[in-house]
Amino acid sequence: MNSLFTPLSWDDTGYILTGVWNTITISVVAIVVGTLLGMIVGFARAESNKAVNVLFGSVLDILRSVPLIIQLILFSTFVGAIGHPMNPFLAGSIVLSLYTMAFMSEVFRGGFESVSKSMQTAARSLGMTYWQTVYHIRFPIGLRAVLPSWMGVALSVIKDSALVSVIGYMELLRTSEQLISRTQQPLEILIGVGIFYFIISYPLSHYGRYLERKMAI
Amino acid sequence: MEYEFHWNIVLQKMPELLNGAFVTLHVSVLAMLLGVVIAVLLAIAKMNNSKPFCYVATVWVEIARNTPALFQIYMAYFGLGAFGIHLSPYVAVLSALVFINAGYLTETFRGGFQSIPSTQYSASKSLGMTSIQTYRYVILPQMLRRIYHPMTNQFVWSILMSSLGILVGMSELSGTTQRLQSLSFRTLEFFIVAAVMYFIITKLVLFGASLLSRRLFKGEI
Repeated sequence: MNSLFTPLSWDDTGYILTGVWNTITISVVAIVVGTLLGMIVGFARAESNKAVNVLFGSVLDILRSVPLIIQLILFSTFVGAIGHPMNPFLAGSIVLSLYTMAFMSEVFRGGFESVSKSMQTAARSLGMTYWQTVYHIRFPIGLRAVLPSWMGVALSVIKDSALVSVIGYMELLRTSEQLISRTQQPLEILIGVGIFYFIISYPLSHYGRYLERKMAI
Repeated sequence: MEYEFHWNIVLQKMPELLNGAFVTLHVSVLAMLLGVVIAVLLAIAKMNNSKPFCYVATVWVEIARNTPALFQIYMAYFGLGAFGIHLSPYVAVLSALVFINAGYLTETFRGGFQSIPSTQYSASKSLGMTSIQTYRYVILPQMLRRIYHPMTNQFVWSILMSSLGILVGMSELSGTTQRLQSLSFRTLEFFIVAAVMYFIITKLVLFGASLLSRRLFKGEI
């Protein structure tokens, strides 16, 4: 019976590091893609009229009102059912990026709408074209205002990336879960995992709050 | 598309799904109520200068905010086993959600409390109000207005996050869906229905919250 469970050893380091690496990879992909898409969608929403906005908004609303875990399972089963199975990383990245996009677009929309109309009018009266106004005025000012909220969303994406384990992606929590079932030492492993997330998230969340205070004054 | 949808089996199992949805609501309401109570205590501890309580509150808040929900659930479900505490899936998910809700709401409450300028206390005092009257008629109504929206968001978040019960075998909406689909292999159909049900639940909660806020605050929020 003893051979069934083997205790945690240094040989497991590589396995855990794979999990760490995979968690970082998928979070970075989702944050980068989600931010870019969110910026575009957020800008489009700040620009478009009410009818288009309601339509846009309700689609994004679905992404925010259905649990991420259900979205992941649905998407990976769906692509399987139509005959194009995807590897967990790709499927996970797509779902997580769209999910991030839904939140980011709200953040960016708020940022772009915070740039006052009179400033844009002033820029246009100085002879700037529409796109020059966007590039020199609205983006720099709008984007600076959203930095704290952007960080909040990015942090929650890092934490939510743990859910991609449900479709079989070997991120940190899944590797740890498998180590737990082999070693039967849940506490040591889980505390290690918790410390990893904490080390990434804690400094960033404090920096975000610091920025928020700095901007409020 | 070669996939053929079979909805009959889902319709047959609808009572079980609704039952799962009820458990989802149930666990999130309970997690919210307990979370609010603990958050009030933690917020008071954090604002007091009594060191040990303040430390406990700070550690609680930081751990809850900076680690994934799934981690908390694994900790409650697998981790506590090391101390000989074996929680059922329901209790494990509930305690994880309470832990996180309390952590987030503490900051919400503290922010709401501190957003009220101290001059209002002096003003109430100068009008001859006792401190209970001050809180009851001046401070709390304003505070409630400021924390109402974040609290609604937290509740919706709890509903969505209770879906993690699927990973520890809890029989709420997604856990039930998982079990039913594994019996019938109609994965897509069952999860589509589950997604729709989550959507409806969240929308109903948000709608209810906005109705309530209109009654409570008479539109001025």
